[in-house]
Amino acid sequence: MQDIAIPARDELPPEPDSRTWARAFGDLAAGWQQRGLWGHLGLQDVKQGYRRSVLGPLWITISMAVTAFALGILYSALFAQDLRTFLPYVATGLIIWTFIAGCINQGTEVFIRNEGLIKHLPSPLSVHVFRMVWHQVLLFAHNLAVWAILMVVFRRGLGFEALLAIPALAVVVANGLWVAFLVGIIATRFRDIPPVMASIVQLMFFLTPIVWIYADFRDRPGAIGERARLAEFNPFLHFLEILRAPMIGDPIVLRHWIVALAITVVGSAVAMLAMRNYRARVSYWV
Amino acid sequence: MASIDLHDACVDFPIFDAKTRSLKKAVLGTVGRAGGKIGTGSRVPIVEALRGITLSLRHGDRVGLVGHNGAGKSTLLRLLSGIYEPTRGRSRIVGRVAPVFDLGVGMDPEISGFENIVIRGLFLGLTRKQMEARTDEIAEFTELGDYLSMPLRTYSTGMRVRLALGVVTSIDPEILLLDEGIGAVDAAFLEKARDRLNELVERSGILVFASHSDEFLVELCNSGIWMDKGEIRERGDLRSVLTAYKGKDPFEHLSDETLRRIGGGRTLTGEAT
Repeated sequence: MQDIAIPARDELPPEPDSRTWARAFGDLAAGWQQRGLWGHLGLQDVKQGYRRSVLGPLWITISMAVTAFALGILYSALFAQDLRTFLPYVATGLIIWTFIAGCINQGTEVFIRNEGLIKHLPSPLSVHVFRMVWHQVLLFAHNLAVWAILMVVFRRGLGFEALLAIPALAVVVANGLWVAFLVGIIATRFRDIPPVMASIVQLMFFLTPIVWIYADFRDRPGAIGERARLAEFNPFLHFLEILRAPMIGDPIVLRHWIVALAITVVGSAVAMLAMRNYRARVSYWV
Repeated sequence: MASIDLHDACVDFPIFDAKTRSLKKAVLGTVGRAGGKIGTGSRVPIVEALRGITLSLRHGDRVGLVGHNGAGKSTLLRLLSGIYEPTRGRSRIVGRVAPVFDLGVGMDPEISGFENIVIRGLFLGLTRKQMEARTDEIAEFTELGDYLSMPLRTYSTGMRVRLALGVVTSIDPEILLLDEGIGAVDAAFLEKARDRLNELVERSGILVFASHSDEFLVELCNSGIWMDKGEIRERGDLRSVLTAYKGKDPFEHLSDETLRRIGGGRTLTGEAT
């Protein structure tokens, strides 16, 4: 029969490797392997939003359209702008902002909310992050319908430059991922972070040129122009610009790309450092 | 080949209450310390849930885990599954782990039973295709029939347990970790589940089963671990561990039928140690 007494073997398990780069990157790789799982769960999360409603997925698009139209009409009057250019600008900005804000706000709770799963099923942490960002990407895709309709209605001709929106979206998604890893880990340890981040995101909505046109204010002489140029220090501005410009046919500005890519590299490095040091602690903290 | 090795492994939980878990406290705590070690305000109290666990499990080991509430049984199962990596000491877990701790986790009440079967399988490391191939078998086992296409929220508790048991007993894990919750199913279905669980245990390389039911332990396990206050108090042959834990020989009270059933391949007397 088998060894009943469970004797201790001589061979020692290897040195603990909980805090190594190999385990941190291994977590990402294993999470990517399970894309069938998080792909399905992310889709499920979207469906959850409109289950048992008559209009179904249309609700996501409709609520975005209503907000975009209301803001567009209000601010075009306030800033005396032509609705034909202003409405697509506001709507597109709002769609992108919704994605960015979603990644940050959901990112702070990405591990806290999945406490049950983390404590009951051994799975890579990245599964939860991928699921959350995938959910946001799907919502973004729903909202793109609003953008497409506006492009047709206002006959915005888009050139080949519009294709730049694809790499730009990839950059924004990559940032959504590292932000979720980083704030997710910090917020699991310090539970004040989710409300703090929520108010910062709320504030940044107004400091980021979404309902006001950056180029108009920036080029004005005097105090207004100076204030507006402070927006350059707002990291959100650059991500918004690289994606919005190709989508509405605005000129592409290299500076925004450089800043956005630099933030991507630095942010990813910091997030991986957090993963290396605290990945194994998350299941203890949730 | 599946194997689990733990060497002097500890699981320490930091206890953050509402005060210490806040950022403010951590920041202020650091400032306070810099001023010259006044108190230990920023030190987080620690609960040593498991201490000095040294354990080697190999293919064929079927371990029953006993101990009082709070003795560390569930924490040990989580350590064995890799959910908790030891805060001190070493561990090595080789093989695909299927933990069955809480039958309800990973179930979505709004989607159908079929869909839940697939999702649960995905969580346990199977692909969608593999799961879809098993749904018929699971449907037959659970006897839920057309109910499987209804949303899970229409199910009774018992029906949910059937579904969860159907899924876990249809997969092929190398390391199977069962927590006591699985013993909470109704007797009639249990009778039916028993054969399947036995089969499952035969298929999986390593079983660790935490339970308060002697009968269940005797049927599924061949060795035992008695956990007490986060440490292994005793381990060895199941009968002697259970006798030490309960203060009486559990085999005396088993029905003849049970004894006959387990009599076949199991060691009944403490001959090994």
